[in-house]
Amino acid sequence: MGEFRMPALGADMVAGTLTEWYKHPGEPVRRGDIIAAVDTDKGSIDIEVFEDGVVERVVVGEGQKVPVGTLLAVIRRVGETALSPPATPLPTVMPEAPPSPAAPVTPAGPSAPTQRQRVSPLARRLAAELGVDLAGITGSGAGGAIVREDVEAAAPSGGDRQGRMRRAIAVAMARSKREIPHFYLASTIDFALASAWLAQWNAERKPAERLLPAVLLLKATALALLEFPELNARWENERVQRAEGIHIGVATSLRGGGLVVPALHHVNRKRLPPLMLELRDVVQRARIGNLRSSDLADGTITVTSLGERSADLVLGVIYPPQTAIVGFGSVVERPWVVGGVVAPRPVLMASLAADHRASDGHRGAAFLATIDRLLQSPEAL
Amino acid sequence: MTRAQLRQAVLDALITVVPEARPAEINPAAPLREQLDIDSMDFMNFVMALDETLGVDVPEAEYGRLSTLDACVDYIGGRLGIGAEPS
Repeated sequence: MGEFRMPALGADMVAGTLTEWYKHPGEPVRRGDIIAAVDTDKGSIDIEVFEDGVVERVVVGEGQKVPVGTLLAVIRRVGETALSPPATPLPTVMPEAPPSPAAPVTPAGPSAPTQRQRVSPLARRLAAELGVDLAGITGSGAGGAIVREDVEAAAPSGGDRQGRMRRAIAVAMARSKREIPHFYLASTIDFALASAWLAQWNAERKPAERLLPAVLLLKATALALLEFPELNARWENERVQRAEGIHIGVATSLRGGGLVVPALHHVNRKRLPPLMLELRDVVQRARIGNLRSSDLADGTITVTSLGERSADLVLGVIYPPQTAIVGFGSVVERPWVVGGVVAPRPVLMASLAADHRASDGHRGAAFLATIDRLLQSPEAL
Repeated sequence: MTRAQLRQAVLDALITVVPEARPAEINPAAPLREQLDIDSMDFMNFVMALDETLGVDVPEAEYGRLSTLDACVDYIGGRLGIGAEPS
């Protein structure tokens, strides 16, 4: 039997509240299926399962808050025999009636129509984030369904989502500054060739196929990491544990404040157009609160860019247990010496904050120089 | 399409990118990036929405002409041959 446990969705997460089961005992699941929603300090996250099989037993009921690593459900793998009839889900503290104990092999649906409240998925997610009790709300949507506006109206002062997110960031960043001996380096990169290449690429394509500078920076960072694996790693058990893949966490600001760091996977292996699609998808989902567990669980390094807000330089705080964070500032026109002549060139500042236990300044400087070198051949990225 | 319909279509495209924006509160003469807190990714999605809904492909070199709601309506109106309505 497979064990489906509460995942760690970032270094700052110690527990999560299981807000909804999308799959129920008796239902088949496939690797990658979203089977539950979990409320964390950074919002509601859809959780994926990582094996094929059938939901054998649900261990944690909706509304229960449990530590990371807690067994949530048992998955019967293909070929295994059921130990017992599908169990009745545990009592839930959420107001909705529990799903049918012997749910048929169909998408989950209302199983107790005479009692169950109709709640839109977005409203359910928002209610979990804001700590709003759905039982006390009268729905204004079609057929009396509770919709987002109903939850917002019921939330005291818009809820405490911002406060919870700030506290989660505070915990992770304070731990980082307390435990990780950071060192910082910065380098100014001539971005003229990359800008010209991007302009040419975008001029020949429809909006949906265009690229942003960010995607070049991510790819160059990923390729550079191949030569500096100690920066694509975790510091654990008093030593560097190199990561197997290059999964770049992209620091993504949320409108209204806060940030999340979803990861793009195997960035070094991907061509720029699909990488751009993935980046657009994950940023969009981050901003509407629709991230999945696989987006958040396994970043191996973080990239942050504050160029959008005209900052020349960002010196980041490492997201533990990672060993480095790379920062990019604005692309700006500056006087630049080319062939002995001062000329206006688009340049940007790249920075590295790295864990001195895992690396040192000499290697860090070489890493930034490698990113610079790669960006001088944008067509090869 | 009238100019009022065009303005509504531009607003609809904006709302697809910034669902929490309240159309009635958008200052048509103020920069969209600042008042809606949108970045280049959002802006790219906005341009894509304009292309999909209105069939207007805005070249990257002309993104600067979409800085405000009024500017968007003027620019797209110009591309579609929809002039200002008589006052």
